[in-house]
Amino acid sequence: MTAMPAPSPSRVAVLKGGRRLGDTIGIALLGLSVVLIVLILVVIVGNIAFHGAAAVTWEFITQAPREGLTAGGIMPAIVGTAALVILMSVVAVPLGVATAIYLHEYTPAEGLSLAWRRFVVSKGQAGRRRLFFRALSALLASITRTAVANLAGVPSIVFGLFGLGFFIQFVGRGIDRMTGAPGQVLWGQGSLLWAACTLALLTLPTVIVATEEALRTVPQDLREASLALGATQWETIRRVVLPSSVSGIMTGGILGISRGAGEVAPILFTGAAYYLPYLPHDVTDQFMHLGYHVLILSTQSPDVEATKPLLYGTVFVLLALTFLLNLTGVIIRSRTRSRHPR
Amino acid sequence: MNRGRRLRNGLMTGVFSAAGWVAIVFIFLIFLFTFKETIPIFTDPAVRKDANLAKFFVERQEGPTLTQRYIWQPTSEHPKVSFWPIILGTLKATAVGLLFACPVGVAAAVFSSEFAPPKLREVIKPVIELLAGIPSVVMGFFALIVLATWLQETCGFVYRLNAVNAGLALGFALVPIVYTISEDGLTAVPRSYREASYALGASRFQTAWKVVLPAAAPAVFASFVLAFGRAIGETMILLMAGGNAAITSFSLADPLRTLSATIAAEMGEVVVGSAHYSALFFMGTLLFVITFVSNSFGQWVIRGMQRRMQGAAA
Repeated sequence: MTAMPAPSPSRVAVLKGGRRLGDTIGIALLGLSVVLIVLILVVIVGNIAFHGAAAVTWEFITQAPREGLTAGGIMPAIVGTAALVILMSVVAVPLGVATAIYLHEYTPAEGLSLAWRRFVVSKGQAGRRRLFFRALSALLASITRTAVANLAGVPSIVFGLFGLGFFIQFVGRGIDRMTGAPGQVLWGQGSLLWAACTLALLTLPTVIVATEEALRTVPQDLREASLALGATQWETIRRVVLPSSVSGIMTGGILGISRGAGEVAPILFTGAAYYLPYLPHDVTDQFMHLGYHVLILSTQSPDVEATKPLLYGTVFVLLALTFLLNLTGVIIRSRTRSRHPR
Repeated sequence: MNRGRRLRNGLMTGVFSAAGWVAIVFIFLIFLFTFKETIPIFTDPAVRKDANLAKFFVERQEGPTLTQRYIWQPTSEHPKVSFWPIILGTLKATAVGLLFACPVGVAAAVFSSEFAPPKLREVIKPVIELLAGIPSVVMGFFALIVLATWLQETCGFVYRLNAVNAGLALGFALVPIVYTISEDGLTAVPRSYREASYALGASRFQTAWKVVLPAAAPAVFASFVLAFGRAIGETMILLMAGGNAAITSFSLADPLRTLSATIAAEMGEVVVGSAHYSALFFMGTLLFVITFVSNSFGQWVIRGMQRRMQGAAA
């Protein structure tokens, strides 16, 4: 080893001072980006809350639009959005939770590569078939997880195209052909049902991922104890796993629903209506929607200045709805986290 | 074991396995049914007369400027269906969005994982979540009504709605993606890396910048890729704030139109089965393929990083 020349005291001081200054500047710059993000959120929400709250009155909430959407309220859009969101949750939440239960409770925990390796090294041993099926099941789980992750990344407008091509043109028209008189269209057009199905598909990944995370927080000991007492796997899930993960599952459901509530692109061609003089009373009816109403008011208004308060009011109601849903989800989650520290 | 219990258990196993298949089946169906409607482009002579791959990507009109040479006018008497103005619009908006979101998102992620006190971190996360929770139609509205006016006043744009305005609003929506994934990657870097760096005499900033960030580079990169996937497919923001003009221009001050916005704006009025209809579904297929590839790639990078970090921590 070569001896290091000791730096002179003054040089150390300069280095330290320079470094400390550099550190401070660097950290300040990074912190500035956080400030910028907070500022963006505050400006967006503040602007909408400031102009929107003034427009939201009792009449605005309870009346239908009048005079070519330049006056009146947004009651049909609120009702339409609520109906859509409820119908969507009825489809998405059970399906998403069931998929997550399948992924977490029924497929091998060790993952594909390990399951496969175990099968390969088990040559000539008893129970090899079991190991093969275990590996197969792990493969299926891995494909499902990839599919879910990719489903989450599919653009929402493509979901809209799919809703049009599959639910309306294929399923809906198919039902019409089998049941109705020729030329009569009941199911083969945009409706509450098909829009809800399209949105359900879109929110499915959110629900699945969150539910799986919730299931992961349930200690393995609980499952083993239940199975050791003679419970079947279904009984274990029903009586042990689900009760202790229910709040996490609810969070996932709510976050998924809040995402679905604000999406407009998937419902553009699957059932949202520009203006309806009546409320939807059947799943085959078209509907008005808050988000779609925002789009219509802001891009196709005959009189921009006259509709501005209505527009701000609608945006405010939509934003309040999604934030409230989000907030509920986040609060439930933080409560669960503090109860079951991981 | 009692027969009813065993039966019920078997039944529920079947139900859950079936649910597991649903995601796979639907991802397959989405591709199938989006692609199905584009098949006439390759087979049906009536559709091919007005819409085929050569017309989308090769054909050009006579004219001195790019705008006059590559035109998207599918409903005129002689339909012109060049994809270039729309592809260019998509790329412009995506570029501006990423240019804003990537640095800001990563910087915020580094700050919150390396420097922010735990109390502050508890504030940053909900803020990001709220930003992510803003519906894109609301973001589009904000860009259309507020941001566009402000940008025009400060920068003096000729057109209120342009690539900068749309891209910036898109960037606001991308920040949470970049932040969340980068931050996950940064916090996954083992403590030993930081301790080794401090022991060698590096400062906190040097450690964050030269040790932790490079170690988390795959996650940061993946966050860019996933943000790209989201940007390409984002619809409402660009439909509302982009100005909806399919012009072939490289200028960021011109209005633009993206693939997604074109589908959203034109699918409502189109005749089912026409050349225009097939062309729009072809755009959808294009979007699906691009986002599928970029998302799969992003996921793959993240998984590789997770595996390595687990190895390093052990």
